[in-house]
Amino acid sequence: MNSRQLTVTGGVDEAIRAHGRAAYPHECCGALLGRDNRVSDIVALPNTTEEGPRRRFLVRPSDYREAERRASELGAELLGFYHSHPDHPARPSQYDLDHAWPTFAYIIVAVAAGSAGEMTVWYLKDDRSSFEEGSLQHGENSHPDTAQAVHG
Amino acid sequence: MAKILIPTPLRPYTDKQDAVDAAGATVGELLADLTRKHEGLKAHLYNDQGKLRSFVNVYVNDEDIRYLQKEQTPVAANDTVSIIPSVAGGAPTTTEQEVRAVPLHPDRELPTLTNDEVKRYSRHLIMPEVGVDGQRKLKASKVLCIGAGGLGSPVAMYLAAAGVGTIGLVDFDVVDFSNLQRQILHSTPDVGRPKLASAKDKLTALNPEIEIRTHEVALSSENALELFAPYDVIVDGTDNFPTRYLVNDACVLLGKPNAYGSIFRFEGQASVFATKDGPCYRCLYPEPPPPGLVPSCAEGGVLGVLPGMIGMVQATETIKLIMGIGEPLIGRFLIYDALKMKFRELKLRKDPDCPVCGTHPTVTKLIDYEQFCGIAPTAPEPIAVNNATEITAVELKQRLDRGDKLKIVDVREPNEYQINKIAGSVLIPLGDVPKRYNELDPEDEIVVQCKMGGRSAKAADFLRSVGFKKILNLKGGILDWIDKVDPSQPKY
Repeated sequence: MNSRQLTVTGGVDEAIRAHGRAAYPHECCGALLGRDNRVSDIVALPNTTEEGPRRRFLVRPSDYREAERRASELGAELLGFYHSHPDHPARPSQYDLDHAWPTFAYIIVAVAAGSAGEMTVWYLKDDRSSFEEGSLQHGENSHPDTAQAVHG
Repeated sequence: MAKILIPTPLRPYTDKQDAVDAAGATVGELLADLTRKHEGLKAHLYNDQGKLRSFVNVYVNDEDIRYLQKEQTPVAANDTVSIIPSVAGGAPTTTEQEVRAVPLHPDRELPTLTNDEVKRYSRHLIMPEVGVDGQRKLKASKVLCIGAGGLGSPVAMYLAAAGVGTIGLVDFDVVDFSNLQRQILHSTPDVGRPKLASAKDKLTALNPEIEIRTHEVALSSENALELFAPYDVIVDGTDNFPTRYLVNDACVLLGKPNAYGSIFRFEGQASVFATKDGPCYRCLYPEPPPPGLVPSCAEGGVLGVLPGMIGMVQATETIKLIMGIGEPLIGRFLIYDALKMKFRELKLRKDPDCPVCGTHPTVTKLIDYEQFCGIAPTAPEPIAVNNATEITAVELKQRLDRGDKLKIVDVREPNEYQINKIAGSVLIPLGDVPKRYNELDPEDEIVVQCKMGGRSAKAADFLRSVGFKKILNLKGGILDWIDKVDPSQPKY
């Protein structure tokens, strides 16, 4: 079976890694914007978890709305979210699974001892039983300056 | 009919529509109608118990229904209902919040191990997580056990065996036969000896390489800080609330971890309190329960092996803290049920408003914990005033011998009554007194009696409140009766 493909431009890839490094040892999180399985922008969002940001992230409903608003401003769609796993592999946890939304792409970047490493993408199966790993493609960065972060 | 806004990830289940009309007078009814029309949404909105998933937020006109009437929130025709995701996730972990072990004294100079010690601790040394350095940390460490009883026994024995260099014990009790069912530091020939003398003998025999310090005092607000000061970890093996709060507060004030455990009947609890960033006992229980609500082990009983299980948890956590390995039981509250053989874990958070470890503490020095726990200072004066309401064992014996007509009511439990009893007494357990007091004649002179006099005092109060005039409480209960009048009977 062909896995779902998600393409990130060079700028997006680096912006996610930079966010992961900056947030270390805490988890970072943000939204993926784009069209047709191609991520052209990210929106860095504050990690508002109250359960320990080293191992958890939470995007509030208000920030979710902000991400949707940014997407429509850019004429894009909300494709999913990214987050980092500080000192853990880029594999989804049971907690990720329990809280996942269908159709969204979930990018995970492993940040080991402060430096960003492996990056993977995952999709929730329709029956919520597990994640399916997608294939992350690194595409040409057609708009070198589009990768941007809001909220810091 | 109201409009429900559908978020991006759920649109594949609504034929790509971003808004769907649904019928219903409340949010619950609307969502039920929505999932009837679009079956695929159900699994993503509701969990297996049929409750809305925690990361599914429902808003009625920009108001979160959690702050309205939840799923009962009424919805009018022109209202807009939005389903808004919270997006959450995180790295795999066994605990909700990662707690890393921190070595207690990273800069402490560590003693070397003698050849005998290398041999003794070889099963530790060959594990890389412990190794020679870990064993040297144990040798350098000082642990204070509050109490040399049920919990203190297994804790002290395993810490001594493991090679904790200095073990302090605080206790002032004497070994009693009723201790032997669980307090494995003490043996039958020790009955009548101070617990500390017996403990020191056992621990020294087990491991002569270590130092045992005995503190034969009652722990108090006056001596606690001074007593605790030389030690690295305090192990709370106390059986009463005033001492528990005292130990907690002293640990917080001194910044020393408190390896906490408590036991009652078939259930035990354990946690590690008062570490630098972790919660303390008061974050969990800011106030003690009303006096008398939670019975002590002497009143409620305790399964003999239970303190073994909980003491092992305390000893394990103490050793982990000293060596700085593993995930300590900080911010986690372990509850063990021996009958079900189940462990449960509650998550604990440091309370910023905690009166002792919070950001603006109101308790900055040790207080009067007896008073805090609502226990009146032990002044015998009320008894003197109410002399006519009590009878001593000797007086009772004299009056019975004289042939006085006295009805003796034993208010203990049937299993206690099986162990010993005063001849001629009738059994009405305290809990049954309210429904069975009409079996008694209010004109009779009645002596109520229990094990030590506490429960029978309550029974006496009750009987007086329903009109009984001549009620006497047997002072000191059946234990005093056996001591003074009938030593042939067993005590418990």
